[in-house]
Amino acid sequence: MIEVKKEPRILAQQVSFSHRLARISGLQWLLLIIPLGYIMILMVFSMADFFKLSLFNEDGFTLEYFRHIFSTDIYLKVLWVTLKIALLVTFFSLIVAYPLAYMLVRTTSKLWKKIILASVLIPFWISLLVRTFAWSILLRKNGVINMILMEMGIIDQPLELIYNTTGVVIAMTHILLPYMVLSLYSVMEGIDQKLLLAAQSMGARPWKAFTQVFLPLSIPGVLSGSLLVFVMGIGYFITPALLGGSKTTMISMLIESNINTTLNWHLASALALVLFMATLILLFIALLLTGKNPVLKELE
Amino acid sequence: MTLGNSLSVVNATKYYKKFKAVDDVNLTVNQGEFLTILGPSGSGKTSLLKLIAGFEQLSNGSIMLNHQDISNKKPYERQIGMLFQNYALFPHMTVFDNIAYPLSLRKMAKEEVKQKVESILKLIHLEEYAQRYPEQLSGGQQQRVALARAIVFNPPLLLLDEPLGALDKQLRKQMQLEIKQIQEHVGITTVSVTHDQEEALTMSDKICVMNKGRIEQVDSPEMLYKQPKNRFVAEFIGEINLIKGQVVSVIDGNAMVKVNEDMSVHIEMNKDASKEMKNKSMLIGLRPENIQIARDQTQFHNTIRVRVLETIYVGEAINIKTKMDTGEEIMAKIPAHMSEMIVKGEEILLGWNSKDACLIPDETTI
Repeated sequence: MIEVKKEPRILAQQVSFSHRLARISGLQWLLLIIPLGYIMILMVFSMADFFKLSLFNEDGFTLEYFRHIFSTDIYLKVLWVTLKIALLVTFFSLIVAYPLAYMLVRTTSKLWKKIILASVLIPFWISLLVRTFAWSILLRKNGVINMILMEMGIIDQPLELIYNTTGVVIAMTHILLPYMVLSLYSVMEGIDQKLLLAAQSMGARPWKAFTQVFLPLSIPGVLSGSLLVFVMGIGYFITPALLGGSKTTMISMLIESNINTTLNWHLASALALVLFMATLILLFIALLLTGKNPVLKELE
Repeated sequence: MTLGNSLSVVNATKYYKKFKAVDDVNLTVNQGEFLTILGPSGSGKTSLLKLIAGFEQLSNGSIMLNHQDISNKKPYERQIGMLFQNYALFPHMTVFDNIAYPLSLRKMAKEEVKQKVESILKLIHLEEYAQRYPEQLSGGQQQRVALARAIVFNPPLLLLDEPLGALDKQLRKQMQLEIKQIQEHVGITTVSVTHDQEEALTMSDKICVMNKGRIEQVDSPEMLYKQPKNRFVAEFIGEINLIKGQVVSVIDGNAMVKVNEDMSVHIEMNKDASKEMKNKSMLIGLRPENIQIARDQTQFHNTIRVRVLETIYVGEAINIKTKMDTGEEIMAKIPAHMSEMIVKGEEILLGWNSKDACLIPDETTI
């Protein structure tokens, strides 16, 4: 005789609603599919589309657009300017953000912490367009910065701070700064402050303790912040479009004009793909750089 | 100043804003001695350690190390080794590099560094772990590396900040002995801070009990346990029964203390015990494990009839809670094999010898 094991009878009322929901098989998948689908549709279809547009035209497969990009001086120059601006912005935002983030973790004064966080975060909450216009007012020929410098007698002629690389780099550094500060801060906060005391007790002067202990341990933050700022910077549009002159065209502006003005979507896609590949290569290099250090390995 | 005075803290006071964390502390640690500062949290023990290490500045007083005033020196100029609570090993350096760090700061030649690190790795039995990173080691191993790093540069003084707080109980006992062994082997003067009395009793040559920023007593573990100077020390270290009494007489270090009309207690004290105690109200301190079950009233110098309220079995012994006629409760710790003699609710006779109790000033009546 085969004995049929009876299911323990549980009254429906005893099982809570969420328990009953959890019993529906496949429900968790459904919950996953909604966000996943959203990402996949956007990612796969738009990516596939611009891959296709850059490599195919009415006559079929072609490398014409890439050939065009790499054989035309102006495109190469734009690519170079884009890389240069993104690198400069990354560099300057690191220089500015590192001391800020360091202060943020090291200061014991709550007031200072608030002041620094506010000065970093408040601009972050203001519209990008507004901030860019604000910079155009500050930087222009008769703007605040030039006025002050001239009043103080530091310069005779107003500096060319706008419609060139300088203006774009200044404004973009400020706009992307919060990403750098927060990336650095999140890593620095995880560094045990006692390590610095330990180093000092062994005879390290504060500067030595900083360079030999704190700095190496903060490198993961430097890398992640730099990558974030660089990747965001390389595809930036509004700020260079408003503050850059004719000589400081960035690749995103070229893509925009190909789509809106010359209506050459194939070329625009090819440019986007070049930008994408450049970003990937840099990410790959950064990953290689982080390979050796055990602290960095943990982050991966 | 006498020779061999390794560390002296003189009139040390530290204010944090208006709060007096360390209050006029005087302390001397002799060459090669292991002193533990013991106290509850907020007693100022950690502040005192920070002051010695130089992480905090004294508000008043001075700290002398080998006859040199180091009060105004920066921590990196003090040459003091320190073992931190969570070890503070550098996660980005190998075990070897961690231990070599203080040596390379002193610009020691590479060969010499290698030799020193290797010999100390041998001392802590971690020769094979030189190239590992701290996160690849167990808690006990990290502890030993941190200790090695703190003493590898031959500092005149070693500071331990709650050294075993992060370890589980089993490992803690093992590390207590190991640290003590290494400390004795190296012969380094050591100041440790802890709230764990067992750790203090096991490891120290001397214990300094702190409370509310002040030193309550500095003594050997044995003296501290046997002859606490005041109520705080008596209650902080181990279990103790405190019975109020009036000193009737002190003759040749033997005190007679009247507890009530029917009962007087004999207490044997040091020969130099003050006669001024006479007629003063004092506390009789009696450790539960010094109380035994008496056959009759002549077996011990002091006996007392009590009623058993409760018995608690703790493995090797039974703790019994009893009540005197006057209502005062007395705890006794009796070897477990005598458990048949104790019945809840019944009367028993407890006894102890006159040297097994001590007299403690009763601050509440001053």
